[in-house]
Amino acid sequence: MLADLIESLAKIVFIFTVNVGVFAPILGWVERKQSAVMQDRIGANRADILGFTAIGLFHSLADAVKLLTKEDFVPANANKFFHTLAPFIALVPAISAFAIIPFGGRYELFGREINLVIADLDVGILYVFALAGLATYGTVLAGWSSRSNWSLLGGLRASAQMLSYEVAMGLSIIGIIIVYGSLRLTDIGAAQENFFRWGIFLQPVGFIIYMTCAIAENKRIPFDIPEAESELVAGYFTEYSGMKFVMFWMAEFLEMVTISAIVTTLFFGAWHIPFVTDAMLLSWFSGFAGPNGAAALAMAVNIAVFFAKVSFFIWLQMTIRWTLPRFRYDQVMRMCWKMLLPLSLINLSITGLVVLLL
Amino acid sequence: MSEISKDLHTEHMVINMGPSHPVTHGTVKFLATLEGETIIDLDVEIGYLHRGFEKMCENSTWQQVIPYTDRLNYVSPLINNTGYALAVEKLLGIDVPERCKYLRVIACELSRLSDHLTNVAAAGLELGAFTAFLYFVEARELVWDLIEALCGARVTVNYIRIGGLKNDLPERFEEKVKYTFKEVRRLWKDVDKLLTKNRIFIDRVRGVGAISAEEAIAYGFTGPCLRACGVPYDVRKAQPYLVYDRMDFEVPIGETGDNYDKYLVRMEEIQQSMRIVEQALAQMPDGPINVRMPQVRMEPKEKIYSRIDSLIYHFKTVIEGIKPPPGEVYLAVEGGNGELGFYLVSDGSGKPYKCRVRPPCFALTAAMPRLVKGRLLADIVPTFDMINMIGGECDR
Amino acid sequence: MKESVTLKKLMEKFPDDIVGTHSYRGDDTAVVKKDKIRDICLFLRDDPDLLYNFMMDLTAVDYLGRDPRFEVVYHLYSLPHNRRVRLKALVPESDPTIDSVVSVWVAADWFEREAYDMYGVKFIGHPNLRRILLYEGFEGHPLRKDYPLKKRQPLIGPVN
Repeated sequence: MLADLIESLAKIVFIFTVNVGVFAPILGWVERKQSAVMQDRIGANRADILGFTAIGLFHSLADAVKLLTKEDFVPANANKFFHTLAPFIALVPAISAFAIIPFGGRYELFGREINLVIADLDVGILYVFALAGLATYGTVLAGWSSRSNWSLLGGLRASAQMLSYEVAMGLSIIGIIIVYGSLRLTDIGAAQENFFRWGIFLQPVGFIIYMTCAIAENKRIPFDIPEAESELVAGYFTEYSGMKFVMFWMAEFLEMVTISAIVTTLFFGAWHIPFVTDAMLLSWFSGFAGPNGAAALAMAVNIAVFFAKVSFFIWLQMTIRWTLPRFRYDQVMRMCWKMLLPLSLINLSITGLVVLLL
Repeated sequence: MSEISKDLHTEHMVINMGPSHPVTHGTVKFLATLEGETIIDLDVEIGYLHRGFEKMCENSTWQQVIPYTDRLNYVSPLINNTGYALAVEKLLGIDVPERCKYLRVIACELSRLSDHLTNVAAAGLELGAFTAFLYFVEARELVWDLIEALCGARVTVNYIRIGGLKNDLPERFEEKVKYTFKEVRRLWKDVDKLLTKNRIFIDRVRGVGAISAEEAIAYGFTGPCLRACGVPYDVRKAQPYLVYDRMDFEVPIGETGDNYDKYLVRMEEIQQSMRIVEQALAQMPDGPINVRMPQVRMEPKEKIYSRIDSLIYHFKTVIEGIKPPPGEVYLAVEGGNGELGFYLVSDGSGKPYKCRVRPPCFALTAAMPRLVKGRLLADIVPTFDMINMIGGECDR
Repeated sequence: MKESVTLKKLMEKFPDDIVGTHSYRGDDTAVVKKDKIRDICLFLRDDPDLLYNFMMDLTAVDYLGRDPRFEVVYHLYSLPHNRRVRLKALVPESDPTIDSVVSVWVAADWFEREAYDMYGVKFIGHPNLRRILLYEGFEGHPLRKDYPLKKRQPLIGPVN
């Protein structure tokens, strides 16, 4: 019992550290640096401690200090309770979605079976959608409770966009569920041990639809119409400052990590290296490290591979964000209902048919 | 369905876009009445940057007006300088030396380059294409380096003088131009790749802000916005001033007058402006850059310090101002946004009796309600950007 | 110098309303009485030999101490004939009104508002004659020559 608790706690602390402690601040830096490289700029390099700039990494620190000490501003007519609640509703699902994502295989360590996932839920992927649906409330509530026309318009746009894209996103994933026959992400991950059984080969259309919908769900350019700074100032978080603002900002970055993690798990072989199975890893390492050492090493390799893939998809999302202009509101909706939804339905029926025939 | 909507209590939302809003670069206020996201009424309020340009001019000497003209269209100040100087010269009935004309053409085209670069860049920025924005800002920065080399300032240039110029070309200017234009052309290609065939960009600007040629003329459109409608009116071609008649350049025109055509026209004009500068540099003769009329254009400092007549003229022109004969003139030049006209009235004294500017974007901004009514809120963004209202010029 | 077509036709058509013409520095100018300004503008716009389809600029000039005190100045441009003309309508101080030409050229809308704002010349028939560059509540018309250069305006609070 105690061991279970310690194991779970260790995994939670690990994921939390990686996400909130490493990814969120580092992504801020990466976003700046990457855009700088793409745009012929030098980029963030001014914040320094005793003349030492650490290629701009201290900017994240400076941001944190600034945002923590900033005035927490609530507009005069705003609904104070909901105004405060909204960023939490936005942030919490972004963090908790990671609970069910497997970042490694199942190993025997000191007689205990360790599964590298915080909660191995049997509803798996549905939980992710449930949380994504919950995140919509944060956005809508933020827009509504601020008592600002810009926020309200942003909130309206957000609710319409996020709800619509959830439909297409859900349908795009069902193909994967049919193919692997499980909702459990660990099963889906384990099934991709064979390189030719990776989701991208079985469901290429599903991947494209999912990626598009996920970026739209995360409200990043080219789908950032709920915040569209040139139209709606900053959309639903116009009236936020300080820590509350940064919570929305962190939610966006963490969701980017989550999207990358889900894409990795569903379509890109999860923690697997192509043509290398977990058993092969174990047998290689046990030659010099003993069974426990081999398991630990294999776990480390799994985690490293998984996060390397995640980083790649984060990079991809950022490249898209800094390349494309923004859609217009009606175009986003049209694209969802008239292109992505029919496409995912077709994809779904073909997948079903093929699976049935095989 | 209709019964339901009859029962629903709905009201229009009135929102203030501006005076301080990301889309209103320059300061302007849109009072938009929205039904959902559709604009059913738009009221444009300008004047936030009004600083009494005409009143200031009426109370300064003719030469002192030149720095004020820098602040009209602050993205292409050299064209304003030139327009004003040409108008005063027309009033005086004098002609400037050849070399001066070529230099003014170079100055004007560099300014037009920076104007169009800024405009297209801002269009990218506001549609979310931040990278395209920074590419063109980089290009503009290079052009501004050229302008700085030419006249010592980047924005408030104050370079053209009545009857001449502040100074001749700096050393090795041609090399700098060559280098800059190579870079600008490279960046132009990058932006072209990023935007011109980008589906999202086309969807945002195609068909938005369209206006027919007749209507555009009735609204007093000039410049790239009019040419996008298919009317090849360019003051440089219609009534050539300086040495534009000796330059070989095309006037690009569009078809529908929508924002995409305006964008394409501007992109092409960037190329044409570079061509003109290159030609002018190649054709430019040697010679003086100032008229030899001490009552109009100050003589060199050495002469003023050593000759009594030059000193007297210097004293008279500085204290009293140059004195054009009584009369009135209107002179138009092709500004970054269209016809930039100066209407000057002289009563024979050292100060303008009236110094009126015909700002091109004033008429364009007036057409904003016509261009966006019935469209979506998001359509204000590219439309207003392609109008390219410059607060300093529109509000004076 | 060759007699200007525009001025000749104007003289023929409106002999009683043209006060004078000149072509100083090549700018064709017609000084007209204000009463028929709309008809003159319509004629200039629609006559096939003239076709002044652009209203480039509209402003006013204050000749303080002269009667009539104001001139409303129109700068027109004909795209088909590539010609410009300047119309100057005389407006007395006692009755600073003139017919609006918004119905002739839509472009006149804002230009007339600006002339009203700066000189206090009222344009009859203008659909929305409000101040444009200055704010509601501004006292006086600043480009009139008798408006003191350093006059202070009363402080006004927020309008709504």
